[in-house]
Amino acid sequence: MGLRSAIYSNYFSGMIYRLLQGIGTYFLLVTRVFKKPERWSEYRKSFWRDIDHLGLDSVGIVAVISLFVGAVVTIQTALNLEDPLVPQYYIAIATRESIVLEFSPTMISLILAGKVGSNIASTIGTMRVTEQIDALEVMGINSASYLILPKIAASVIFNPILITISIFLGLLGGYLAGDFTGMVSMSDFVYGLKLGFNPFYITYALIKTVIFAFLITTISAYFGYNVKGGAIDVGIASTTAVVNSSVAIIVANYFLTDLLLS
Amino acid sequence: MIEVRGLKKSFGDTAVLKGISATFEEGKTNLIIGRSGSGKTVFLKCILGLYDADEGDIIFSGRKLGDLDKKQRKLLRQELGMLFQGGALFDSMTVAENVRFPLDFFSDMAVSERADRVNFVLKRVQLEAAHNRYPAEISGGMQKRVAIARAISMKPKYLFCDEPNSGLDPDTSIVIDNLIREITQEYNMTTVINTHDMNSVLEIGDHVIFLKDGYKVWEGSKDEILKADQSDISDYVFRSNLFKKLRVALRAQ
Repeated sequence: MGLRSAIYSNYFSGMIYRLLQGIGTYFLLVTRVFKKPERWSEYRKSFWRDIDHLGLDSVGIVAVISLFVGAVVTIQTALNLEDPLVPQYYIAIATRESIVLEFSPTMISLILAGKVGSNIASTIGTMRVTEQIDALEVMGINSASYLILPKIAASVIFNPILITISIFLGLLGGYLAGDFTGMVSMSDFVYGLKLGFNPFYITYALIKTVIFAFLITTISAYFGYNVKGGAIDVGIASTTAVVNSSVAIIVANYFLTDLLLS
Repeated sequence: MIEVRGLKKSFGDTAVLKGISATFEEGKTNLIIGRSGSGKTVFLKCILGLYDADEGDIIFSGRKLGDLDKKQRKLLRQELGMLFQGGALFDSMTVAENVRFPLDFFSDMAVSERADRVNFVLKRVQLEAAHNRYPAEISGGMQKRVAIARAISMKPKYLFCDEPNSGLDPDTSIVIDNLIREITQEYNMTTVINTHDMNSVLEIGDHVIFLKDGYKVWEGSKDEILKADQSDISDYVFRSNLFKKLRVALRAQ
């Protein structure tokens, strides 16, 4: 074996070792998170705080993005289907499928991975470097569970609500854009939305959302919880958390689609 | 009382603690001193159970830490109070909420009793007016006092302080030192302080141990430090000209 291939082999074996070690540590952390809480009432307080920080604070950005993306999808679909033989309500069908199947559950989850994921990683990371997590441990509190479990619960419960809002506003955006530009009449759009609607697609979108919410919260918390160092390391952890959560969402999206739709 | 016997701790190939034994008595302020990298913080974190020691025993009033099951360890932890270097107050909570936090988690007190206890300890550290302020809104010295209030809210038997005076002006340092000494005596606690502050050593050092390169190389009281001829301890404590002159003056008395 030549020197170069030996170097590559060492490099890749080191990378695989670190990856497996990271996955192992992640699952150990998740196991700690799901241990019985010391006092439920304190977890409830954190849960409502996290519903506010992670959920309600995201409604605005989700609403604006969904409304405009719905409008853009409708306009682009209309431009691509400009044919007298294609009925206008096909535009609504294409918009509906794009919003319900992919845009709202996947793209909004990616946006939340950026907003909520960086928030979780930097909050927990700062608590680590300022010894607040050590303080919890000294008091005899399971810090992993106390800090992460309420966030998981808040995201898993509230993200489906956000995605439902996103679907509604995405379709509303498409409806308004169609009418405003004159590309689709209101009656055709509503007819298209109802035509051949498969209710399972909503279930599929919500199942994806719940799994993505779990991935965003736990992966971001993992990177924040294991920060070592100072402010720069908190920043790095925050970025790494967003990147890894996004990759996990994209990969999970493929497997879930294959599992649930094919 | 806390007894430490033959404590060893390594990180990878680096041995940090190389077999330290010490006894910390109740009602006394026990100080751990030594240069940066001498193993003070690791020693303190091993006693607290934040690091698992490789070898040796830590015994809290007859209870060997290594022999305790999870439930007993949790109960023991409720007897510990800790003052961290930066205070480690929870940013999202007010001063009163920070102090009440351990009570909310572990005590069976009624809400009004908890509020009374919070008022009492905040009054004890002279911060009764800071109830509704957030940690970011108060000074470093006040943060340390809030951290002391939180540490004593559960009436602990053991108090640990990591660099309680770091980042504080001399006046505030003296206030914090005196407060720690007073509450140690009031609650008859076993207090262990990790410090670099020589004023604290000579002011409140009922019992001082000096660590060097992972070993305990000297042990005694603040009065004995003045008489110590061992070069390790005298070079460390009396390095500055001011302290050298002070020792000469005190020895002459």
